[in-house]
This record gives sequence, structure tokens and C-alpha cells, in this order.
Amino acid sequence: MRYALLICGDEKGMEARSPEEASAGLNEYMAFGEEMGKRGVLQGGERLRPTTDATTVRVRDGEVLTSDGPFAETKEQIGGFYLVDCKDLDEAIGVASKIPGARNGSIEVRPIWEL
Amino acid sequence: MQAAVASAFRDEWGRVVATLIRMTGDWDVAEECAQDAFALALERWQRDGVPRNPGAWLTTTARNRAIDRMRRAATGANKLQEVAVLSADSPSESDESGVGDDRLRLIFTCCHPALALEAQVALTLRTLVGLTTPEIARAFLVPEPTMAQRLVRAKRKIRNAGIPYRVPPAHLLPERTGAVLAVLYLLFNEGYAASGGADLVRQSLTDEAVRLTRTLTELMPDEPEALALLALMLLHDARRSGRVDDDGDLVPLEEQDRTRWDRNAIDEGVELLDAALRRGQPGPYQVQAAIAACHATAPDAASTDWPQIAALYGELGRMAPTPVVALNRAVAVAMAEGPEAGLALVDELEASGALRDYHLLPATRADLLRRLGRRTEAAAAYRQALELAGADAERRYLERRLAETERA
Repeated sequence: MRYALLICGDEKGMEARSPEEASAGLNEYMAFGEEMGKRGVLQGGERLRPTTDATTVRVRDGEVLTSDGPFAETKEQIGGFYLVDCKDLDEAIGVASKIPGARNGSIEVRPIWEL
Repeated sequence: MQAAVASAFRDEWGRVVATLIRMTGDWDVAEECAQDAFALALERWQRDGVPRNPGAWLTTTARNRAIDRMRRAATGANKLQEVAVLSADSPSESDESGVGDDRLRLIFTCCHPALALEAQVALTLRTLVGLTTPEIARAFLVPEPTMAQRLVRAKRKIRNAGIPYRVPPAHLLPERTGAVLAVLYLLFNEGYAASGGADLVRQSLTDEAVRLTRTLTELMPDEPEALALLALMLLHDARRSGRVDDDGDLVPLEEQDRTRWDRNAIDEGVELLDAALRRGQPGPYQVQAAIAACHATAPDAASTDWPQIAALYGELGRMAPTPVVALNRAVAVAMAEGPEAGLALVDELEASGALRDYHLLPATRADLLRRLGRRTEAAAAYRQALELAGADAERRYLERRLAETERA
């Protein structure tokens, strides 16, 4: 089964990190990617720029409405995601628990709606 | 005949459903086929007599139903499924953990932490115990459509989220076993101290919790916390008939007629606890069972070993630091060292703001104040407890105490 692992956390906290902390964090993600790549579960994944760089688009009555920022203001934001292919939810939970962001933020495990 | 089928239902329902889920991979089909098999049993056993092995008869019949249904549906995917069901008649291959019983798979899946606790409990009662949706709704005091939807959603999530039908592998077992035990204990407590309504002991829930826990200990004989939970339930349940008087009123522990307690259940509980303790892996259910054993084995209220109980609550508070444990420890300390020492702990707890809506906090305070002769304060605390209490029998007990306090 395929799952999206959404990495949620406080992006203000991320921005406040020192360059050393940020680089240590990056290294943890590299190690995670390498380990999961070897296990063959990883199908994709990206880091997202913060919601301050986000643009929200809506179409109403045929008109494109564009606004600055995320679609909803929340305490935690999605900072990145992985797409994984796992045997079952238990394996997906195991992978999610290894994502560095799980230790300060949280990971939402969402099954892919296969068509 | 009705009785034979009813008894087979109690003994075999969970096993039949559990096996059918493994064979078909479909929870609804499994339940429906099990239902069909029991309906057919009513008819056939009347005519042909009760088979020698009712469980095997029921499982085979339910399985044949499942195959019939798939043949009728007869799509490509179902053909594949049919092959799977036909070839699945041998005893199942064992899980990674080495435990092969389907009921164990079922209970671990029902109690998967990805499901909400209330869904875990409802699903366990429906699939493993065979209670109907209206029965479960009544037991948990929610409207029937709410309960029906809870069950539908839980089954849908198991399918859509890919919750595996298995006993978790060894490295996940300790945390998952904890969830299973928590559900069973919740079930027991829900039956033992019904949170509202007229009957204080909804006996069927307690009985089912004991049955399921017994099954669990048979399936996991090396798990000391499962043994201890069964011991805890038996030690509580042994006092059932002394706990409520003939009018249905609550009798406090120190006033209970101990000759009405079930000696056999107490003996079994103590034996199970000893077996659990011998494993040398302490846990919260072992401590709670040890506390219950202190009460159950005291020949009379006056000879209760309160210092020991207070120490055990201290131990429990270190393992599971909850305000309810702290409140119970305060009661034990009051008995061991005097009401003043207990009251100091209760006041501390009250100041922390925990348990604000829990009627036993003011009720405990009231009892301690009464014993200290501070009647006005005691009466006020009883009134406060009455505002929060739910079950009728508990309310009547508090009202009686309040009247006594005001009279004196």
C-alpha cells in the first residue's frame, strides 16, 4: 500500500535554528533518505518552502482569486512529505517514526486513494 | 436446543468470526456468514442433534457460506478470493510472533492504536463477543445510529488504512499488548461501575471482559500483565454480591458482609497473581491486583493491611502517575496513618485542579472530614459530590451519608 507521510511542525521554530542546527537537521534527513532508499520503501519526497512563500488560488464564478499565504492559518504547518510503499500500516508507522521531524513535530500518515 | 446454540454462540462466535476474517479478508462478510451459520445451527441441530464439535461445524458452515457468496458474485477478483478461502482450511500459519490463534489476531487488530479507543472497545464487543449494535449502544449509553456509524467507520479504516490482521511482531508486542489490556479493563470497569443509569453492575459486560481476558491468558501464558489483569478482575468480581445490598444500594467496603464474597474467585485471583509475580517483570496490573488481593484476603475490615496498600499505591503512582491513583493513595494513607494525613494529600490534589469533575474527590474529602468530626465542611463536600455523581446507587449512598452528617 502507498502512503503519504506528511511532516508537520512549527516552521517558525525551524527558521529560528542556528546554521549548525539546520545543517545537522539536514544530515539527519539525508541519513533517513539513504536508509529508506535501501529498504526500497521510498517512492518520493520533497521539502517544502515555508507558508510565507505560499500562494493560495481559488476559482469562483470562473474568476481566479489569488491570495498570499496558506489556505488556513494553523499552529503547525506541512514542511515536507514522503511517498512510501509499505506492506501495511504498521510498516508505514515504523517508517514515519524514523523521520527526524517526528521527534519535535508530528507525521500524518495518509493512505493514498488508489484509483 | 435454543440453549445449546446460545452456549455455542457464547463460546464460538469470536472464533468463527476471527477465522472467517482471515479467510475472506472482509469483516462484514465474516460477520454475516457467522450469523448465517448460527441461524442454520438452530434449524439443523434441532433435527440432527448437536454435533460433537459445534465450533468446527459452525466454522465449516460459515466458510461454505462465504464460498457460496463468492461463487454467486463470480467476478475475477472474487475467483481469486475463493481460491484463498478454499485453501485456507488448514490451521493458519503462525504469525511472526509465533502465535497462531485467529482470536488473538482479531483482538490485536480491534485494539490497534490507529483506532480511537471507543472504536476499539465497540469493535471488540461486536466481532469477538458478538454483542449486537443496539446492545453495545445501550452498554455505552449512546444512540444506536451513533454506535452503528462508529463500527462502520472503524471497519472502513481497517481496510482503507491497511491495518494488518495479525498479532504484532515481538518488537511491537509490549506496547500493543498494553492497548489490548486497557480495552479489556475498560470493558470490565464499564460493567462493574456503570457510569450512569439504574443498574450498578451491568453484569454481562463484566462477564465478557473476564472471558476475553481468560482467553488472552490462555493465548499468551507468558504475559504476566495479562495474568495480573485476570487476577484483578476476579478479585474485584468476587466481591460483587457484597457490594450492593438487597435494595440495590452501594455498601462501602468496610461494611460489606465478607461471607458473601466468592472464595473460589478470590483463591483463583491470588494464584494467578502469584504466577504473574513469579515472572519477575513488575507492571501496573500486578500492583493493582496486589492491592485488590490485600482487600479480598483480609478476614475483616479492621485487619486490612493499610500500610501495605498505601505502599502499593505509592508504587503504582510511580508506574502510572494519574490523579485517580493519587486519590486512592490518599485514602490508603488516611487508613494507615489517620484521616489528617489523608486529608492533606486530598487537599494537595484538589489544589492541583485535577479531577475537578470527579465525584469521588469531594466524596473522599467528605468522608475524611466526617471522621475528623468537621461536620459542616463534610456536609458541604457531600453536597458537592452529589452534584457530580452519576449512578443511582452511588447517589443514594452519598445522600445517606449527608443525612447522617446533618443529623449528628
